Amino acid sequence: MIRYAYSGKGFEPFEPAIGKYDREFLVSLLWSMMRIRMVQEEMERRYREDEMKTPIHLVIGQEATSVGCCAALERKDQVFSGHRTNGNYLAKGGDLKAMMSELYCRANGCVASRGGSMHLLDKEAGYAGSSGIVAGSLPIATGAALAARMLKQDWATMVFFGDAATEEGTLWESLNYAALRELPVIYVCENNFFSVCSPLEARQPKVEIYEKAASFGLHSVQVDGTNVLEVYETARSAVERARSGKGPTFIESLAYRWRGHGGAGDDSDTGYRDPAEVEHWKQYCPIEGFYNFLAKRGQIDEPGRNALVKQIQNEVLKAFEHAISSPVPEESDLFKHVYSD
Amino acid sequence: MPWAQALIAKKTDSLSHQDPNTGRVLSYAQAINEALVLAMELDPKVFVLGQGVDDPKGMFGATLGLAEKFGGERVFDTPLSEDGMTGICAGAAMMGLRPVYFHNRPDFLLLAFNQLVNHASKVHFMDNGKTNVPMVVWAAIGRGWGSGAQHSQAVHGLLLGVPGLKIVLPSSPYDAKGLMLSAIADNNPVLIFEHRWCMRRKSAVPEGFYTVPLGKGVYRRRGTDLTIVGVSHTLELALEAVDELARDGISADAIDLRTIKPLDEEIIFESLKKTGKILILDSTWAMGGLCAEIGCRVAEKGFRDLKAPVRRIGLPDIPTPAGFTLEQYYYPDKKRIASAIGEIAAA
Repeated sequence: MIRYAYSGKGFEPFEPAIGKYDREFLVSLLWSMMRIRMVQEEMERRYREDEMKTPIHLVIGQEATSVGCCAALERKDQVFSGHRTNGNYLAKGGDLKAMMSELYCRANGCVASRGGSMHLLDKEAGYAGSSGIVAGSLPIATGAALAARMLKQDWATMVFFGDAATEEGTLWESLNYAALRELPVIYVCENNFFSVCSPLEARQPKVEIYEKAASFGLHSVQVDGTNVLEVYETARSAVERARSGKGPTFIESLAYRWRGHGGAGDDSDTGYRDPAEVEHWKQYCPIEGFYNFLAKRGQIDEPGRNALVKQIQNEVLKAFEHAISSPVPEESDLFKHVYSD
Repeated sequence: MPWAQALIAKKTDSLSHQDPNTGRVLSYAQAINEALVLAMELDPKVFVLGQGVDDPKGMFGATLGLAEKFGGERVFDTPLSEDGMTGICAGAAMMGLRPVYFHNRPDFLLLAFNQLVNHASKVHFMDNGKTNVPMVVWAAIGRGWGSGAQHSQAVHGLLLGVPGLKIVLPSSPYDAKGLMLSAIADNNPVLIFEHRWCMRRKSAVPEGFYTVPLGKGVYRRRGTDLTIVGVSHTLELALEAVDELARDGISADAIDLRTIKPLDEEIIFESLKKTGKILILDSTWAMGGLCAEIGCRVAEKGFRDLKAPVRRIGLPDIPTPAGFTLEQYYYPDKKRIASAIGEIAAA
C-alpha cells in the first residue's frame, strides 16, 4: 500500500521559464545532486567494512532539497542541520575530505572525531553545525539570525530538519520568536514521511505541516522536494525576504527517504512500509527527472553526464583514500576544548 | 577585545575587599545592576534578556533602568520559551554576541536542559574548539512564602556533572558584581544562581570594574577546629552559627566556594590538612550534588587527613513543601548547623 504518494507537478511548469537560467547553473545543480548521491552510495558500499564507525543517515532520494536551497545562498549565509547532515553539508560547500575523515573518526576530520556523521562543521563554507537532537538546531539557528540582526549583518540563516522536528516544542518556540522579531531565518522541513520507522500518520493529525507553520505568522510554503528548480525558486524568494527585512520563511519540502532511517540499505522489508512505496518514489528520482528535463532541452547529453560521473567518482575515491590514510587522534586530544580560554 | 583589555587593566587582588562595613554600601540588586551597566558600556555585544527584565520590577531590581539606558534592542522581554530562548542565546553567542539571560527561578531552567546540557555546554567541544558559546544564565533560588516544590528548587547539583558548564553561586553584593563581570567575560556558558535570602544583604561594593575570578573560593572565617565548606544561603547560616560558637571556644575555617564548577579543590584541601574535620553545606539536596562530590573527593584525596567522619548538611531527599507549617522541618537552620559544628569539633 502506498501511503505517501508523490504529489508534485514535475518540471513542466518550469518549461516557459527555463530560458532565465544559464546552462552552467543548471548543470551545477545536477552535478551537486549527483555528487551527494554518489558520496552516499560509496558510503553505503563501504559501511559494511565496519571501518566507518559512525551512525550514518543517508539522504538518497532527497538531494534536491539540499541542493535547491543551498543554491539560493551565498557563502556568508549560515546553514544548520539536524542529524541527516550529508546533503546539507555538501550542498553548502562543506569540504568532502574533512567530512570523510570525520566519518572515519580521524584526527583531521572536520571536527577531529568529536562529532561523527551527525555533527559536521565547515565554518569557512558557512556550514555552522548540526545537532543530533531532533529540532535542537532550530533555536540555535534562530539565535544566529538574531545575531545577524543585532550585528547589522546581511547574511541569512537556514536550518534543515525532518518532519518529526515539528513534533518538538522547541521548534514552535523558535518559529514563534522568529515571527515575533521578523528574523532573517529560513526553516526548511525535509518531510520524508517517516521518523525512524514511525509514519507521519502515527505521529500527527492530518494538518499540513506548512499550514501549522503559517498559523504561527510565518510566510510558509510547501514544495516538491524532488524538483530542484521548484526548491531553488522558493528558497531564493525566502532569502530575498530575509535580506530585505521581511522576516522568516518556512519551507516544507516533500521527498521520500529511499533508505532506512540509519545505516546502509533500504529496510522496507522489515514491514513498517511497503517496498512498493519506495519503488513508487524512485520514479520521481530528483536526479533522473532533472537530467531528463535538461537533456530534452539539449542542455546536457549522455557523454556530458558521463563526464560528470567520472569527475565525481574520482573526487569521491580520493576523499575516501584521504580519510583512510589519515592519522587517528591521540589520547591527549580528548582533553582539549572542553572549555574555551 | 574589550574584555581582554579590561581584565588585564584590573588584574588586582579582588579577594581583598571583604569587609562589609567599609566603603560604599550597595544592595545586592544594585551591585548586579552596576555590573550589567559596566559590561554593556564596555562591550556592545553584551545584551540582556528574560521575562520581565524591562518591567517595573526589573528582575528584583537587578535590571532596572537598563532598557532606558541601552534601548530595547539590547535589553528585552522574552516569550516564556525557556528551551527555545536558551538555544537562541546559544546561537547568538556562537555568532559572537554575549547574552545574559535572566530567569526568576532556577525551576524554570529545567525546561531548558536540552539546550543547556545537549547543546550550549557541548558545542565548543563538538566543534573542536572552533566555536565559543559565551553566555550567562542567571536565576534566583526561592525560599518561603509558599514557593513550594516548583518555585524553590536549586538545580545546580543536577548540572554539576555536565562538562562544559561553569556554575557560580555568589553570596554577597561584592561577589555578585565581580562574579557577574567574570561570567560575562568568560567564553563559556556560565550559570549564576543567586539565593533570594542572600539577596537581602548589603555590603561594600567598589565602584567601577573589578572581577572575582571563577573557580576561586574564599575564607569567610579562619579557625582551627574544623573546615566548613559550602555556598550561598546555607553557608551564610553557618557563619552565624560559627560566630555564636566562638563563646564556646570553637573556631572554624569557613570557605565560601562562590564557584562550584570549576571547583576550588585547593582551598578545601589546604584547610582540611590543618583541621582534619569537614562539614559540607549546600542550599539544595545533599544527595548527588556538591555535598556528595566534595565528600567523595575528600575520601579519595584527603582520607589520611581526616580525624572524624565527613558530615554534610543539605536538603533531605524530599520535594520542598509549600506551607511554612511543613517547611520549618525541611530547611536546615542555624541551630541544626551549630549543633553539627559542635559535634564535629568535639569528635
